[in-house]
Amino acid sequence: MLEEIGTTEQGDLIINVGPQHPATHGVLHLVITLNGETIKKVDPHLGYIHRSIEKMCESLTYRQFIYVTSRMDYLSSHINNHGCALVVEKGVQIEVPARAQVIRVLMDELTRVASHLLWWGAMAMDVGAITPFFHAFREREMINDIMEETCGARLTMNYMVPGGVMADIHPDFQRKVKEFVTEFKSKIDEYDELVTGNIIFQSRMKGVGFISKEDAISYGCSGPVARASGVSCDIRKWYPYDCYSQLKFEEVIRTEGDSYARYLVRMEEMRQSLNIIDQLIDAIPEGEFQAKTKAVLKLPKGEFYTMVETARGEFGVYVVSEGGTTPYRIKFRSPGFSNLSALDHMSVGGKIGDLVATMGTLDLVIPDIDR
Amino acid sequence: MGFLGEYIRTVYKSVASLLKGMKMTGYYFTHHKEIITQEYPDNRDTLILPERFRGEVVMPHTESNEHRCTGCTACELACPNGTIKIITKFEVSPEGKKKKAIDTFIYHLELCTMCNLCIVACPTDAIKMAQSFEHSVYKRADLTKVLNKPGSKLMEGVE
Repeated sequence: MLEEIGTTEQGDLIINVGPQHPATHGVLHLVITLNGETIKKVDPHLGYIHRSIEKMCESLTYRQFIYVTSRMDYLSSHINNHGCALVVEKGVQIEVPARAQVIRVLMDELTRVASHLLWWGAMAMDVGAITPFFHAFREREMINDIMEETCGARLTMNYMVPGGVMADIHPDFQRKVKEFVTEFKSKIDEYDELVTGNIIFQSRMKGVGFISKEDAISYGCSGPVARASGVSCDIRKWYPYDCYSQLKFEEVIRTEGDSYARYLVRMEEMRQSLNIIDQLIDAIPEGEFQAKTKAVLKLPKGEFYTMVETARGEFGVYVVSEGGTTPYRIKFRSPGFSNLSALDHMSVGGKIGDLVATMGTLDLVIPDIDR
Repeated sequence: MGFLGEYIRTVYKSVASLLKGMKMTGYYFTHHKEIITQEYPDNRDTLILPERFRGEVVMPHTESNEHRCTGCTACELACPNGTIKIITKFEVSPEGKKKKAIDTFIYHLELCTMCNLCIVACPTDAIKMAQSFEHSVYKRADLTKVLNKPGSKLMEGVE
């Protein structure tokens, strides 16, 4: 394996993109074999930000290990925490109060919008437009303020606990979310005007990074990446958790399978998230925000698996318990890892310039891949 | 002729789409009241953080130098990172009874991830999160703090 710049026996050029490269969003390292400008092979190298979170979790109790998962996919930390809280509730058999369920789903959807917003800005910047980044961060700031007020943190909230949520919503929460939803609905049309219809953007996206439905399934893609290829895989629809089963929303599916389809799926998902927030924000039931639980949680001996739909796809938590206060083994199934594995398939045969566009629409978060 | 017509139509559509985007950029360029940037170090006096904001763990003391910490170490056990270390001592009351009390409440800010688990675990509301966030210091040792003030006592009636 050649790791430095060089040429192979066939005369192909080998270059490194990353780990310090603005387009790789963090410390992703891609070793690319090029024939002229055409990509022959993309080889992702991982491990630059490995923190052995799974091993760390083995020494933490079932209340403590949740906060670590905010540090994996830090853009949808609420949803990661949600998955971990669900697996503990499944093991200890805690009934979550209706109010807590609604608050959780509201937070999840706000996080999804915030995460897609950051993706939208960063991806537009990858393909050469700098203005969308500022537009996206302006709206994301409103969500961050809502989170800060209710959860006490802007990025790594640790708000979901086994049995509900850590604190009740702030008195201003409903008003602020409504304000945000009304404002964002007009702003998202602005986004379409600014970027989606742009001819340069479209010609950089259409037909780039194609992956077929069969390949998307066999590579284990999930989330918007798989849904853009026509795979119906929304966990919120297929295995509903908390109060998702009572909600009306559409699973966004497109069949083109290229970068532009992935872009459109995410844009439409933001609208669907607003739709869910609209349904719930006036219907938060009264009651407890947290179920009464024992001070020390113990999962019975056995194996437990739950999955949630993060902004990037299916996030699974697999816990093996020996009956003690700490898990025997924890495995996280992170969506970014499987989506990254399809990058080679998507970009082979394409041009090196298109690699950045493809990578942008995969919405990679490196700490989620490396854990 | 069909090819030429198609070509002109594409050019027209392309230019129109570009102008559409430029219109929005122009709108924000000429409407300065829409600017939302905060100039952080200058707005320090007017900056209000939400009361739930997690900046650092503090132990509130009353005017008569009393706190509410009984030294039960619930926070120490709840902490995932070993941020809190409580050293306890036994105080002898005038009646000759021995009672557990805290000697030093050590808080390692450099290890803290602001997960709020210690605040939730505390049965007597002795500790809370403060809104301060400017934590940079010159020496690492400055980040290790003792939260109980010298000479402070447990508040009457807190068990």
